[in-house]
Amino acid sequence: MLAALIIVFREVFEAGLIVGIVLAVTRTVPHRNMWIMAGIAGGTLGACMVAGFAGALSQLFAGMGQELFNAAILSVAVVMLIWHNVWMAQHGRELAGKMRATGLAVAEGSKSLLALAVVVGVAVLREGSEVVLFLYGIMTTDGSSNQGLAIGGLAGLALGAAVCWSTYKGLLRIPPKPLFMVTTALITLLAAGMAAQAVSFLERANWITSLSTTVWDTGWLLSDHSLPGRLLHTLIGYTDQPTAMQLTVYIGVLIMTVALVRLVDSRALSAQASVKVAPPQNL
Amino acid sequence: MTVASIHTKILIAVSALSCVISLSQVHAQQSITVEYSNGQFRPGELPAPADQPLALHVKNRDPKAMEFESKSLRVEKVVAAKSEGLINIRPLKPGRYEFYDDFNAKARGVLNVR
Repeated sequence: MLAALIIVFREVFEAGLIVGIVLAVTRTVPHRNMWIMAGIAGGTLGACMVAGFAGALSQLFAGMGQELFNAAILSVAVVMLIWHNVWMAQHGRELAGKMRATGLAVAEGSKSLLALAVVVGVAVLREGSEVVLFLYGIMTTDGSSNQGLAIGGLAGLALGAAVCWSTYKGLLRIPPKPLFMVTTALITLLAAGMAAQAVSFLERANWITSLSTTVWDTGWLLSDHSLPGRLLHTLIGYTDQPTAMQLTVYIGVLIMTVALVRLVDSRALSAQASVKVAPPQNL
Repeated sequence: MTVASIHTKILIAVSALSCVISLSQVHAQQSITVEYSNGQFRPGELPAPADQPLALHVKNRDPKAMEFESKSLRVEKVVAAKSEGLINIRPLKPGRYEFYDDFNAKARGVLNVR
């Protein structure tokens, strides 16, 4: 039972963290619960489908279907995260200053929510398919110990939900202004970490073979498999043995996101300034 | 440019190409197979050559999915019930590399690289 709990919890832990962060990011946006629930539901449905077709998926691309599928959905999540940060740089100021009519803000806000709902869906889908396969395996075999395993699995799921809730509540303790900076930084790091993870899947599939030397090995200090290691893996993309390519992509995505946000932010700021300066008869 | 020189160039190109192909064949993956049935790896210890990329085929005979995992090999792969998974492994230094089924901690095995 404990083994089942640990296996399931390990898988849902990452998704729990990501959903918690997204909840904190969208705390002021109307209808956000609906979008996030849709993301979770979509991700769960996708996880069941991936689990159901796991065998077939594996056979694609000369046996590398799983790896390429993971790389693809991670890339989608990376794009959505970057896009969200850029969108916030563009509109965050307006939303905060309530310069826009609420209706329009909601309509615009839902675009960004869609991006984050996709991120939630991807997180649930990736972690969930393994949980589904594991639990399904337990349910289909006979034996008296299976009930205990199933209970353990469900307890693991509940613990994952608890991680999500405490991440959310923990972040909300931060006052609104620094919180915005914290979540922007978290999303940027999340994007870079996911991009590096996508690279590692492409490396496993032998689709990326250059820059394959391991840059460092800090497994002795903090293993990927330990709980703190997993926490850092999700939050900042920590890996105990990154390849040069993973590191390059990680840094590249960080720089690109920060540069894009700065560019858009300075434009939004100057646009806002020019609106304030403009004489009223022009309106 | 004469016909002869074109032929020479084609010949050089073809031989260069075949050199590249034969080189890549030298580095071709060595194929290794491990079976998984009744919650156990068979064989429990797999011999493998060092400094050579490996293609590890995991054949899951059980009616349950399993996850082939190894920290030292940096590998993680779900293999569905009654199916086969392929894992690419980079060239390894000699040593013993442990692996296990992440869904069933009792199933363990070793890749013995020499």
